[in-house]
Amino acid sequence: MPSRTCSHSPSGFGKSLPEQGLLLLVVLVLLEGSVLPLGAASSPDVSHQDDSHNHKVADHGVNATKKVFPVLDVDYHHIQTPFEISLWVLLASLMKLGFHLIPRLSSIVPESCLLIVVGLLVGGLIKLAGEQVPPVLDSRLFFLCLLPPIILDAGYFLPIRPFMENVGTILMFAVVGTVWNAFFVGGLLYAVCQIQPANPSSLHSIELLHCLLFGSIISAVDPVAVLAVFEEIHINELLHILVFGESLLNDAVTVVLYHLFVEYAGVGTVTVMDGFLGVISFLVVALGGVLVGAIYGILAAFTSRFTSHTRVIEPLFVFVYSYMAYLSAEMFHLSGIMALIACGAVMRPYVEANISHKSHTTIKYFLKMWSSVSETLIFIFLGVATVDGPHSWNWTFVTVTVILCLVARVIGVVGLTYIINKFRIVKLTTKDQFIVAYGGLRGAIAFSLGFLLDQNQFAHRKMFLTAIITVIFFTVFVQGMTIKPLVELLAVKKKQEAKRSINEEIHTQFLDHLLTGIEDICGHYGHHHWKDKLNRFNKKYVKKCLIAGERSKEPQLIAFYHKMEMKQAIELVESGGGVKLPSAVPSTVSMQNIQPKKPPPAKAAERALPQLPKGREEEIRKILRSNLQRTRQRLRSYNRHTLVADPYEDGFSDLLIKKQKMIELEKKIKEMNNYLTVPAAPPDSPTMCRARLASDPQAYSMKPVSDSVPVIQVDLASPQSPDSVNVMDEFRRANQEEDQGLMMKPPQGSSGSNKPGEADTTRDQQRLMRCLSDPGPSADEDEDEPFLP
Amino acid sequence: MSDFSVEQIKNLHKRFEQLSGNEETISRENLENIPALANNPIRRQIIGAFFDKRNQHQNEVGSFEEIGFEQFLMVMSHFRPPTLKTTEEERETMRKEKLRFLFNMHDTDNDGTITLEEYRKAVEELLSKSGAIGQEAAKAIADAAMLEVASTNVPHMAPDDFYEGITFEHFEQILKGLEMESRMHIRFLDVDTTTMHCGRSTS
Repeated sequence: MPSRTCSHSPSGFGKSLPEQGLLLLVVLVLLEGSVLPLGAASSPDVSHQDDSHNHKVADHGVNATKKVFPVLDVDYHHIQTPFEISLWVLLASLMKLGFHLIPRLSSIVPESCLLIVVGLLVGGLIKLAGEQVPPVLDSRLFFLCLLPPIILDAGYFLPIRPFMENVGTILMFAVVGTVWNAFFVGGLLYAVCQIQPANPSSLHSIELLHCLLFGSIISAVDPVAVLAVFEEIHINELLHILVFGESLLNDAVTVVLYHLFVEYAGVGTVTVMDGFLGVISFLVVALGGVLVGAIYGILAAFTSRFTSHTRVIEPLFVFVYSYMAYLSAEMFHLSGIMALIACGAVMRPYVEANISHKSHTTIKYFLKMWSSVSETLIFIFLGVATVDGPHSWNWTFVTVTVILCLVARVIGVVGLTYIINKFRIVKLTTKDQFIVAYGGLRGAIAFSLGFLLDQNQFAHRKMFLTAIITVIFFTVFVQGMTIKPLVELLAVKKKQEAKRSINEEIHTQFLDHLLTGIEDICGHYGHHHWKDKLNRFNKKYVKKCLIAGERSKEPQLIAFYHKMEMKQAIELVESGGGVKLPSAVPSTVSMQNIQPKKPPPAKAAERALPQLPKGREEEIRKILRSNLQRTRQRLRSYNRHTLVADPYEDGFSDLLIKKQKMIELEKKIKEMNNYLTVPAAPPDSPTMCRARLASDPQAYSMKPVSDSVPVIQVDLASPQSPDSVNVMDEFRRANQEEDQGLMMKPPQGSSGSNKPGEADTTRDQQRLMRCLSDPGPSADEDEDEPFLP
Repeated sequence: MSDFSVEQIKNLHKRFEQLSGNEETISRENLENIPALANNPIRRQIIGAFFDKRNQHQNEVGSFEEIGFEQFLMVMSHFRPPTLKTTEEERETMRKEKLRFLFNMHDTDNDGTITLEEYRKAVEELLSKSGAIGQEAAKAIADAAMLEVASTNVPHMAPDDFYEGITFEHFEQILKGLEMESRMHIRFLDVDTTTMHCGRSTS
């Protein structure tokens, strides 16, 4: 999962900045503390004000006393609610900012802990000021506003492949594990409460069903807490997806158990029939949620097919459809979380094939931003609600709850793993089991569910809430803080940071087909067979419906390859085309090292057509590079309804056509080579240095000509023959009509025939060019077919 | 090869008999007639791997015309998964074995390296079901992949050096992130199965 936390600021900033940051935080907290009590008056007060205001107006007609015209007036109530909301969001964001300015703190203590502490402080301040703490963790606010962004972010970026490979394990943990936890904790808690020592403790009055309800609330692993903690420890993909997937999928179980017990706690008895209905209900809730999500996902994908003319609102469709999926599921009491996940996961491959690169970036950053703010707010509110919430501390109940939760989790994980390992190929080791068990954090969902309980119906609500908060604090603080050192200690495999290479992608696909083939030869329908069938169905029918234009036929490997090219090209441009290498591994290998050498011609005296001397090649590259940069700077401002056609965007068919034109152009240049008499500039010539500098956008002194690609000053090589200028002109003319897209790789001289002695002039830039993945055409004479018919 | 259970061997034998039409050996035609394989873009290579002598670990080269059950089982043994009891060393050996299998599938002329031509061919086959788009991009993709292998393994080559081809060591290096021993396996059945819909034309 990409991290939502920003990187550490350089410590070279000195101590003053963190101190200033802290000061700012304190000031803001105080401000918050003082303003909020003012605003703690809720709507009845506002309407009261209105009434009195009306009164005044009415009186005014009768009494007509002249008031001085108010030049400056303060009307807080007018803007109260949005102002408070903004203030909370601002506080949350500044907190987040502040933590990362303090260098060592964020590496020791996970962010979630710090935020809860801040919440406690704020709540404490408000209480000290004597005002009533606003009911911030109101269940409606939580479930309808704070939770969806986090879940959508998780669902949209869910790594599908590992999720699907482990879906059986995840479901086992989510369903069976949660049910086990609920009954174990609830049942044993009831037993412990009953066997209380003689003094008629209030605990005796707890009913079994209430305990079971409490058990079901407390037993669900919380996705928000898991995300917050696991994101910082970077464990390997398998464990991450196991714990995280479990936390998402157990929502259905929690919903069913919760409603079941709430319903029947009033009545007092549960029959077998009810239990059976509960199971059916679970299936309906889970599958129904997924179905609702999938429907909205397909709608979103279908809509995105037509957005090529209104790129600006593309991200909106993603967000709105997903949110509506969540709300629709909640309307039917289905699992909203599963709906959201299904919606995000279903729509993603199709939407991403349809939308522009900018929309993709927008969606990514908006989701990260919202989920980050939401998460921060949730933890702060948890702290505030702790200070505020009605508490009823009972030592026995609370400590037994905490212990039982831990024990139940461990037994559950160990037991289930034993069963699961019989069916898994890649078995879960003891270390894995430990991490899965230890990573079962509880969070705000449990608290909100507890908060929803009716005080009249559940006499022990306060005690429940206290216990829930204690468990949450325990898991988040103790487990959250210690999991990182434990992961280091146990040497658990960490996440592989390396980017996926094209070789890996080729072989993953190859392996898929190979294993499917072997399964077919063996004659049994294993899961490769079904996966292959699904893929073919997808390619044949679904993609045609949901993806616009030519992209619908693009095989996955090619899509991956194009994406990689795009990324490299963008990196290249963003690095200013300068000396910095875009690739991870600096190497001097280029296409000419790989292309098979042409057999040397029969006569030694006669050489193959003289290829472009390296210096000339360099100049051409420089021209291309500079043109590309110019194009970036040329983007005009856009009105709200359209965006200027993005040079990176115009579809890959355009790109390929451009490539073909480039190739033809290069062929022409090669032919003209004979006329070129200019020697390449020596390495340290001022032209070369200027050339290097010239790649840097700031150093550029060219003035953009309004409609055409700007003319390159002819300083690049010293004495220019008129013919070489013609070459440049050719380029300019060729480039003028088009908004030049990605940097195309200039022609590669076929190996071996470069003029000796010019080998190392512009090593750096060459290295740069050669790292581009698109090799361009080989310069073999016999290769007649154009790149694209 | 001896790591198959008795049940698994029995099931595979049943399948072998079905494919071969109750004969002692199977030929390429028997495998090509499996209808489910028709949709597989790399089916020729897969079938070829069964008849490749290099996969029999007998240090021979070339290919068979027909194979018996032992050779069939030998090829299948490349797809066994590791168990909990597999030690680190055994995992290494397993990984090498599986990578060798893949390498042999690409290195068709058996010169110990995967040349650019061979790699291009492999990618073309992979994209062969994808029509015209596939064929054009295949060359570019293969070239890019080759470039990547060369860059990772031999970072500093002079402009006139020539990278002959991917050797087995380089192949291992670039695919080490994929953890072959856990990925390249199928589930061999322990119980008798009657879902033998494939190969009905041969039985």
